[in-house]
Amino acid sequence: MKKYSAFALVKEAFNNHLGWGRAWRHAQPKKRYKVIIVGAGGHGLATAYYLGKNFGIRDVAVIEKGWLGGGNTGRNTTIIRSNYLQEESAAIYEKSRSLYETLSQELNYNIMFSPRGVMMLCQTEHELRAMKRTYYANRLFGVQTEMVSPMRMKEMIPIINTDGPRYPILGGLWQPRGGTARHDAVAWGYARAISSWGADIIENCEVTGIVREASKVASIQTTKGSIDCEKLCFVVAGSSSLLAELAGFRLPLESVALQALVSEPIKPVMDCVVMANTVHGYMSQSDKGEMVIGGGADGCNNYSQRGSFQHIEETVRALIETFPIISRLRQLRQWGGIVDMTGDRSPIISKTPVENIFLNCGWGTGGFKAIPGSGWATAELVAHGNPGKLAAPFSLARFVEGRMIDESIAAAVAH
Amino acid sequence: MLLIHCPFCKNRNETEFVYGGPVGANRPDPNLVSDEEWVDYLTMVPNPMGPVYERWWHARGCDQWFIICRDTVTHEILENPSEEP
Ligand SMILES: Cc1cc2nc3c(=O)[nH]c(=O)nc-3n(C[C@H](O)[C@H](O)[C@H](O)COP(=O)(O)OP(=O)(O)OC[C@H]3O[C@@H](n4cnc5c(N)ncnc54)[C@H](O)[C@@H]3O)c2cc1C
Ligand SMILES: [Zn+2]
Repeated sequence: MKKYSAFALVKEAFNNHLGWGRAWRHAQPKKRYKVIIVGAGGHGLATAYYLGKNFGIRDVAVIEKGWLGGGNTGRNTTIIRSNYLQEESAAIYEKSRSLYETLSQELNYNIMFSPRGVMMLCQTEHELRAMKRTYYANRLFGVQTEMVSPMRMKEMIPIINTDGPRYPILGGLWQPRGGTARHDAVAWGYARAISSWGADIIENCEVTGIVREASKVASIQTTKGSIDCEKLCFVVAGSSSLLAELAGFRLPLESVALQALVSEPIKPVMDCVVMANTVHGYMSQSDKGEMVIGGGADGCNNYSQRGSFQHIEETVRALIETFPIISRLRQLRQWGGIVDMTGDRSPIISKTPVENIFLNCGWGTGGFKAIPGSGWATAELVAHGNPGKLAAPFSLARFVEGRMIDESIAAAVAH
Repeated sequence: MLLIHCPFCKNRNETEFVYGGPVGANRPDPNLVSDEEWVDYLTMVPNPMGPVYERWWHARGCDQWFIICRDTVTHEILENPSEEP
C-alpha cells in the first residue's frame, strides 16, 4: 500500500501523478475463505477491517453485488452523532463516534470527519420534554450534550427562524462533537486497508444461493461461481430479508426507501448539522456549498431505491418555515436508498438460526454514524462466535425476550 | 405517487390513504401457541422483493380498510394476483 503523505504528493507531482496505483485490488474469488462477508457497504468493510486488525483474521472476502459503497453507505446524509436515549445505543454509537475522531490517521485516508456539531430541534412541547430526557440520559452515559435555548440557537445558526407559526423552536439538543464525514471515503479507506493485507473485495458479484450442510452453511453460490467458507456474515442493509430467505430463516425487518436531496451550491450559511425530527427533515451544508437535505421514509415498504415525490415535497415544505433562506434554492439531485427497519428502531448484530452465519443489519435510517463501532462489534462476534459487550444487547433474541431497545420514542426519525 | 383503487371511491391519490403494512399471519390464540410462534406473529411480516399483499386505509375518504397486492419494486398494483393472501 502506498502511503499517502505530503512527501508522496510532492513526489507524485514530479511524476505526473502516474504512480498512485489503485486504492484496492479488483479480486476474483478464490475457492475458499475463512470468513465471507456479504455486502461491501461501510458496515461490511469495517467488519473485515476489525477482523484483520483486532483478531488477525485476514483470509476474508467481501462480496458485493454492485459497486463498493453503492448501497446506503454512498447514499446517506452523513450525520454522525451519539446522543441516543438508551444505554446500549449510547455505548455503541459513542464508541463509533470516538473511532471516527481518529479514523483518518488510522487508515491513512482522509475521511473528512468534521465534528461541526449537531443540533436537534425541539418544535413541540412533547419533543422538548423528550429531548431533555435524552439529555439527562446522555449525561449519565458520559455522552457530551447540552440543551440550548432558542435565543442561543439563533446566535449559533443565524439563518434559522425560531418563531415560525407552525413549528416554533422551543429549544435544542446540541452535541458539539457530532458532525459529518465523507461517506464514500469511509468505505474507500477501509477497503484500501483490508485489500493491502490480502483480503479480497469482489465487486459485481451477487450472492444467489446458500448451500447448507446440516445446521451449517458450507458454501455460497454467486454470479461468479461457488465459494466455500468457514463463517458467513450478512451485512446487506435493505436486502437482509432476501439473504435470510436464501439461508432459510426470517427476520423482523421491513425494507423501505429513504431519500435525500442536495441544492445548488451557495456560499457558507450554516456551519453545523440541524435535525428537525418533528417535520422529518435534516440539513447540513457540504464543503462544496450544497445544502444536503434528508427527508422521511416512503409511506409504504418498497425496494424501488428511488423515493416518492410527496415525501420529498413534505420535507422541503416544512423546512422552509424554519429556514426561509432555502425557499428559492433549486434542487440539484435527489436519490433514495433502501433502509432496513426494525420495530424498535435499533440494529441487529447477532448470531442466527444457522450456526456459522452472523448478521449485521437493521441500521435503518441511521447507520452511517455507526460504521466503525458496528464493524468493531461485528468482528468480535464473528471471530469468537459469540457477541462481546457492545453487540450482545442487539441480538435477535431480544425480540423473543421482549427486551426492545426502544429508540423510536426518542425521535420519530433517527438519523 | 401511487394511484390506489379503493373498492368504493375507485382510483384516488396515495395521499388520501394511510398504509397499514403487509398482511401477516392471522392472530393466533396466545394460549394455544408456543412462545416462538407468538413472537413470530408479533414481529414477522412479509418483506419480499416483488408482489406483496398489504392493507390500506382510505382515511381521508370513505374510511374503508382493504387489501391490495403491490409490487415492491415497480409499485405496480396487480389486479389479478396469482395467489390469495
Ligand atoms: C437517504 C439516506 C440518508 C441517510 N442518512 C443518514 C445519516 O445522516 N446518518 C446516518 O448515520 N445514517 C444515515 N442513513 C443510514 C445509513 O446510510 C445506513 O444505515 C448505512 O449506510 C448502512 O450501511 P451498510 O454497510 O449496512 O449497508 P449498505 O451500504 O447498503 O451496503 C450493503 C451492500 O450489500 C450489497 N448487497 C445486497 N444484496 C447483496 C447480495 N445478494 N449479494 C452481494 N451483495 C449484496 C448492496 O449492493 C450494498 O452495497 C441514511 C440512509 C439513507 C438511504
Ligand atoms: Zn374510499
